[in-house]
Amino acid sequence: MKKTYKIEVDCANCANLMQEATKKVEGVADCNVNFMTLKMAVNFAEGADPKAVMPVVLKECRKVEPDCEIFF
Amino acid sequence: MNKKQKKMLIRILVSAALLIGLHFVPIQGIARLGLYMIPYLIIGYDILRKAWKGILNRRVFDEAFLMAVATIGAIAIAIYEKSGDFNEAVAVMLFYQIGEWFQSYAVGKSRRNISELMDIRPDYANIEVDGQLEQVDPDEVEVGSIIIVQPGEKVPIDGVIVEGASSLNTSALTGESLPRDAKAGDEITSGCINMTGVLKIQTTKEFGDSTVSQILDMVENASSRKSKSEDFIAKFARVYTPLVCYCALALAVLPPIISKFILGMDANVSQWVYRALTFLVISCPCALVISIPLSFFGGIGGASNQGVLVKGSNYLEALAQAKYVVFDKTGTLTKGVFEVDDVHHNKLEREKLLEYAAYAESASSHPISKSIQAAYGKPLDRSRVTDIQEIGGHGITAVVDGHQVAAGNEKLMTTLGIEAKPCHHVGTIIHMAIDGEYAGHIVISDVIKENSKEAIRRLKKAGVKKTIMLTGDARSVAESVAKELGIDEVYSELLPADKVAKVEEILASKEESTKLAFVGDGINDAPVLTRADIGIAMGAMGSDAAIEAADIVLMDDDPLKISKAIKISRKCIRIVYQNIWFAIGIKVLALLLGALGIANMWIAIIADVGVMILAVLNAIRALFVKNL
Repeated sequence: MKKTYKIEVDCANCANLMQEATKKVEGVADCNVNFMTLKMAVNFAEGADPKAVMPVVLKECRKVEPDCEIFF
Repeated sequence: MNKKQKKMLIRILVSAALLIGLHFVPIQGIARLGLYMIPYLIIGYDILRKAWKGILNRRVFDEAFLMAVATIGAIAIAIYEKSGDFNEAVAVMLFYQIGEWFQSYAVGKSRRNISELMDIRPDYANIEVDGQLEQVDPDEVEVGSIIIVQPGEKVPIDGVIVEGASSLNTSALTGESLPRDAKAGDEITSGCINMTGVLKIQTTKEFGDSTVSQILDMVENASSRKSKSEDFIAKFARVYTPLVCYCALALAVLPPIISKFILGMDANVSQWVYRALTFLVISCPCALVISIPLSFFGGIGGASNQGVLVKGSNYLEALAQAKYVVFDKTGTLTKGVFEVDDVHHNKLEREKLLEYAAYAESASSHPISKSIQAAYGKPLDRSRVTDIQEIGGHGITAVVDGHQVAAGNEKLMTTLGIEAKPCHHVGTIIHMAIDGEYAGHIVISDVIKENSKEAIRRLKKAGVKKTIMLTGDARSVAESVAKELGIDEVYSELLPADKVAKVEEILASKEESTKLAFVGDGINDAPVLTRADIGIAMGAMGSDAAIEAADIVLMDDDPLKISKAIKISRKCIRIVYQNIWFAIGIKVLALLLGALGIANMWIAIIADVGVMILAVLNAIRALFVKNL
């Protein structure tokens, strides 16, 4: 299942870091952060519940970029 | 400017003013440190906090951490050396924040610019409820509903006009500025702007499936398909920052140890620590990380404004290397509509012969029959024609006004025992016999698009090595078209599967570093479009198949857009390479000068921020592609 979220982040490198951090979260099969359009496309693993996974994603992203925001 | 940016700007101005003001305050010692801490904290408090959080999360090597270490280090050295030179630390923080602010402003601005270029998203649809117009969300309109589009409004959903006539401005979709006329019965594409009359449209698709939604979706997702350059930069950034940090550490530790214990000289620790801190300031890879995707984004945005939709940065990159362009003939270089070219050896008047032919063919809907009917140009009275017989692969015989008429190819004439006069013209030949006697023949050919010749010429000028045409059409036709257009190679009488095989053959024989682009009309060329390095579909207005199969979609039928697309991609890639070389070059230079002690922290931060600002400004140039 693929879902796209709006995000807020200030620097391009941070967006890359968020993408890498999200990929490592359990329940995420793949992730693509687009800094130019400020969108995060998350491909969830089979059987993963986005509602449960996304708060973890946000937490992990906050670790690499404290100012970031994901709207889910 | 958003709220965050405004606040930042105020912080920058206040601390800059304080820094200049403090320059004239003659205080020494602790008081001086205290005073300088005011602008330092005003400008840098969030960086320090972020760096602290980074340490707590065991994440060092991010920019905030580097800036914090560099500036605190500079303050420590100033205290240690009792120089009282706190300017440097505050200035580094200040310049860093100016850079960040500029970056956020420039990116936000170009983000808005591009969405303005792509301003085709309709906000509402009008439906009629009890004789009153009501605005609804286009998402809620069901297929088959009637919507009303007033002059000046955007057509929100694809459909068919049931009432009204108007001119449409399609420039947002095709880049074409000439308005297009539309009347009842015509299909209409969403995203056009209705200019003159009120239109009633019966929708044929849902909003989500309409052209406008598909285009927006495509462009918005385009920069997600990352190019090789972008991948390279992402990898580079991951290696570069830690590498520079370790170098800085080595620079701070090794030379003092070597001088003290091996050379027996003064260790001069603070000098080497200072040089190491200078290293840290240069270690931010931001100029690269921001400017490369921004260039691609700008290129894709600018291209879509010109009616060229690019599905991803990777395709833009590939297109810039396209040296082989393979064309489909019908519908791509030619209009794909047949027209009567000429009438030869006619015993009767031209008009009369066409009249007989049109009547004989009146029951057929074959494109060739249609073209004869169109050439005759008058309404057909079906009662004048009887006894129509279609002989597959040969032609048609019929009785028109009591005359026995035969219209078909040479084989038909032979079976009827009539000698046909061969034609030296290229095209489809319809021989005519009336009452058993040869009456001449009609030459029908596909019409070459006005811009095809110029398009091929411009491709050559743009450095394309070879242009190749593939077609299912007869050899004589194919060769004459190729000759007229100046195409290098022709392969004719190909079935769709042969086309794929031919493209594979060319792919195998070309040089590794070059790319092959295939241009087709997108409807029957899907397999070839997918197989080529870059599939370019033409005339995609309303054709979903084209948007699906192709990597690059030209919204109108104009073949001139191919060379334009190549030029746009080249410009974009040129900017990308300029930025990569420029940014890496300046950084390496600054690192060297920093290590040798020639460049101080001021030069380091100016190099860092300056490179970033110039790279971003350069990247924004990718947006301006109108006059290419």
